[in-house]
Amino acid sequence: MTGTPRSFQDIILRLQSYWAAQGCAIMQPYDMEVGAGTFHPATTLRSLGSNPWAAAYVQPSRRPTDGRYGENPNRLQHYYQYQVLIKPSPPNLQELYLGSLEAIGIDMNLHDIRFVEDDWESPTLGAWGLGWEVWCDGMEVSQFTYFQQVGGHDCHPVSGELTYGLERLAMYVLGVDHVMDMPFNDPDAPIALSYGDVFRQTEEEYARWNFDVANTEVLLRHFEEAEAECEAILSQPHQDPKTGKRIIMAHPAYDQCIKASHIFNLLDARGVISVTERQSYIGRVRALAKQCADAFVQTRAGGFAE
Amino acid sequence: MPDLLIELFSEEIPARMQRRAADDLRKRITDGLVEAGLTYAHAAAFSTPRRLTLAVEGLLDASPAQREERKGPRVDAPDKAIEGFLRGAGLTRDQLEQRDTPKGPVFFAVIEKPGRAASDIVAEVLEATIRTFPWPKSMRWGAGSLRWVRPLHSILCILTREDGANVVPLNVDGIEAGNTTRGHRFLSPDAFSVTSFDDYAAKLKRAHVILNPQERADAIWAEATNLAFAAGLEVVEDTGLLAEVAGLVEWPVPLMGEIGAEFLDLPPEVLQTSMKEHQKFFSVRNTSTGRIERFITVANRTTADHGATILKGNQKVLAARLADAKFFWENDLREAKAGMNGWLQALDAVTFHNKLGTQGERIARITALAGELAPSVGADVAQAQTAARIAKADLSSEMVYEFPELQGLMGRYYATSAGYPQDVAQVAQDHYSPLGPSDDVPTAPLSVTVALADKLDTLTGFWAIDEKPTGSKDPFALRRAALGVIRLVLENGQSVSLGRAIYKHAIWLKVLLQGRSGPVSTLHRHLVMADLRELEASAGVGEPIAPNLFQADKIEAEQLSADLLAFIHDRLKVFLRDEGIRHDVIDACLSMPGSDDLTLLVKRVRALSEALSTEDGENLLQGFKRANNILSQAEEKDGVEYSFGPDPKFAEGDSERALFTALDAAEAAIAPAMQAEDFPAAMAAMAGLRGAIDAFFTDVQVNADNQTLRRNRLNLLHRIRATCLSVADLTRVEG
Repeated sequence: MTGTPRSFQDIILRLQSYWAAQGCAIMQPYDMEVGAGTFHPATTLRSLGSNPWAAAYVQPSRRPTDGRYGENPNRLQHYYQYQVLIKPSPPNLQELYLGSLEAIGIDMNLHDIRFVEDDWESPTLGAWGLGWEVWCDGMEVSQFTYFQQVGGHDCHPVSGELTYGLERLAMYVLGVDHVMDMPFNDPDAPIALSYGDVFRQTEEEYARWNFDVANTEVLLRHFEEAEAECEAILSQPHQDPKTGKRIIMAHPAYDQCIKASHIFNLLDARGVISVTERQSYIGRVRALAKQCADAFVQTRAGGFAE
Repeated sequence: MPDLLIELFSEEIPARMQRRAADDLRKRITDGLVEAGLTYAHAAAFSTPRRLTLAVEGLLDASPAQREERKGPRVDAPDKAIEGFLRGAGLTRDQLEQRDTPKGPVFFAVIEKPGRAASDIVAEVLEATIRTFPWPKSMRWGAGSLRWVRPLHSILCILTREDGANVVPLNVDGIEAGNTTRGHRFLSPDAFSVTSFDDYAAKLKRAHVILNPQERADAIWAEATNLAFAAGLEVVEDTGLLAEVAGLVEWPVPLMGEIGAEFLDLPPEVLQTSMKEHQKFFSVRNTSTGRIERFITVANRTTADHGATILKGNQKVLAARLADAKFFWENDLREAKAGMNGWLQALDAVTFHNKLGTQGERIARITALAGELAPSVGADVAQAQTAARIAKADLSSEMVYEFPELQGLMGRYYATSAGYPQDVAQVAQDHYSPLGPSDDVPTAPLSVTVALADKLDTLTGFWAIDEKPTGSKDPFALRRAALGVIRLVLENGQSVSLGRAIYKHAIWLKVLLQGRSGPVSTLHRHLVMADLRELEASAGVGEPIAPNLFQADKIEAEQLSADLLAFIHDRLKVFLRDEGIRHDVIDACLSMPGSDDLTLLVKRVRALSEALSTEDGENLLQGFKRANNILSQAEEKDGVEYSFGPDPKFAEGDSERALFTALDAAEAAIAPAMQAEDFPAAMAAMAGLRGAIDAFFTDVQVNADNQTLRRNRLNLLHRIRATCLSVADLTRVEG
């Protein structure tokens, strides 16, 4: 993989090998619907507690309100984020990050890379951090954040988080104006596929479902159920009566929190949540995230010493 | 005399924080040095995106030694007392001196504090400064616990003397101070060492870093205007943007680019805002048409292709941004041409404040109030109501959702497209004004009416839910709203009875708010409103249909309106203080009738201020106070009020008779002048009493033995008091 990348997947593969070479565990996407790569437990939960961590992965992300039936050159309801999380944040994280841009073919001698203040906050995760959006020639190509708090817990040590919006970054590197025209695999392959070949139809289908068809009563019920299940899981005693082991079910509970968060996004896209209700739904998801964080720091992976 | 150089090198510092941080660094370090006894000749601080730098010249080599003597207890004092003294002085008994005093031998403690080397003091002060630096937001990183705005990488700290430079030994959470720094992140990333500030600044420049933010800003502006000039265009000035951009680059390189032809017809404000907010571009306009045709971006580096790649990228991003703006503009125009009703309905679902209801409800209140105010401001009632109703419609537009700072301005464009007359559309833009003390005040009657209604509704609303400003907290900018009311009224010379407007609006609000939260039905609300109208129509003689609710509301509304008016008067005092008008002079006028009409009030205040600044006025004030004191004392002592008319036939001597004559003349002049609101004439007539009053007090003894004479003279003093008080409450004037 030398020279300039020629396809979307080429850029992903280059990022994977680059971060693997920097010592990150290359993980796979989380198998649930999430709004951003941060929701993957490899970021949210692993940024908590004192255990060191280094992971990188692609995360398919869904933002139902951004659906444009595949017509908008830059907006998708389903897209990919590339996510890197290293704890504690290494002193040369900025240089490592710039190295990743070179790895995908951005020539540091021709482009203007800038770190522009942009503090990150996720009201649903009860999380915030300080950092920048990284600009390449005036375009935001990544979010760079030092996590300060997650699920209401102070992060100690602090994780450094990098998030790349893959489609936008790839379109820029490949010089493509409409996302659907972007080569997905090698344009010279016997069966060359564009991003549109892969996703145009699904963008249409999901946009229609998200905006007009999704059954809001069912969704509302699912939200309540996920919320109740999350709380029920966490209310179990720490000691498992069957095995006699101390098993705190932080991850299964967190799955329910992710579920509630995504259902909220769907309800939002269906336009059935008023401005005031919005705040209360966000608060409910945040309460779940906080309880999951509370539970996780009680586990070994969360730095709990038995 | 060494010079001190400090550089704190970190990851990128937010542009908006740099200037303040450089000031704080200078202040905290120099204050700390001086406090420790190290004075200096000169200090200057600088900032770039990656560094804060402080240069201090002519520092003392060491703090001066100090010697302190303390007198202790007598030598034969009990041990306890002597031990206590030793503890306080931090000495042992054998270090004390004995000295003979007239009271016998006494212990003395001589405490010597040797001077401390500059490097010790600098290390201590710098570490304390780093650990307690007042960043608006700070963070931790890695596994450490130090806080800085972004990760701190290195500390340069040297003292330079004629014989060379020395690193000040210092270690803050593992960061060892040294004499090295780095240049531009991409153009000159290597570390280099420095020996003095001049050496530092020169080497930085070679390493592609301009240290001084002002120099960067000047360089950007000079090059930007050159680029524009060469193309026959001009850069739109924006000092805020210039300062921000200067804080984003260490090696500024302005580049001028094209805006796609399909976007050139967007309103210039939209182009400018979109380019500034999202991309931090300067707008470049055609001098003859005013149209914005190009942009200038400021790169942080030179490149082999002279910025071609950078410019191409920026142009592409801009095109995507402007495509969004154009999409919003075209959608909005469709909605506007359809009459904007959809937008207005949408505002019924937008909460303004959870206790004050929706934007829709707020607009209805402002519309009603605008109708009330229109006649006194000289605007047409129906037009004012129409203008108020649509003034905030653009809050529903896509453009304002994207760029909140374009609110009002877009409203004007859209109202025009919807077919409203120009002066009605203009209200959308004007009614937020004045926003700050330097903002212009609208003058068109329609705009003034709605701007007043908007601000008075805000003030009355937050007063009604008891969210008044306290101390430094004013989250709803109510002081600004009050100042807005004051300036709208005064600068337009409008005579508006604010008390009445606020009172009526408070009752409205009261009823509406109760209708929202509780059992008050729409019918009930209508009944109460009917009450209000009827009561007004019959000048207070109506029989209320809902007496309890109405009575309670009425009392609350009266209190609210008095309290809010007092707040506005307080802001007026602050406002007039800049003109040199004293607050007590304003107080003297506040108790006069009609003081809720600020124009009238200020007319009175200016006249009184003017009158009191003359010699006659000053002396009259003394005469008045003397008369008032004597009278008050006598009234208190005798337990009666001397308000019975004095009789000139009891006057003895010329001075007393002259005072009668003078009072007759003054009263005859004052009453019609006050009637005609000719305050200068009334004040002059009052000040003219000065001679007669002075002569009276010189020649006549008020508390005469003859009780008839005394009573008559006290009644005469009462006439002085009454005459003066008919002009202003002089008892409130100090001095």
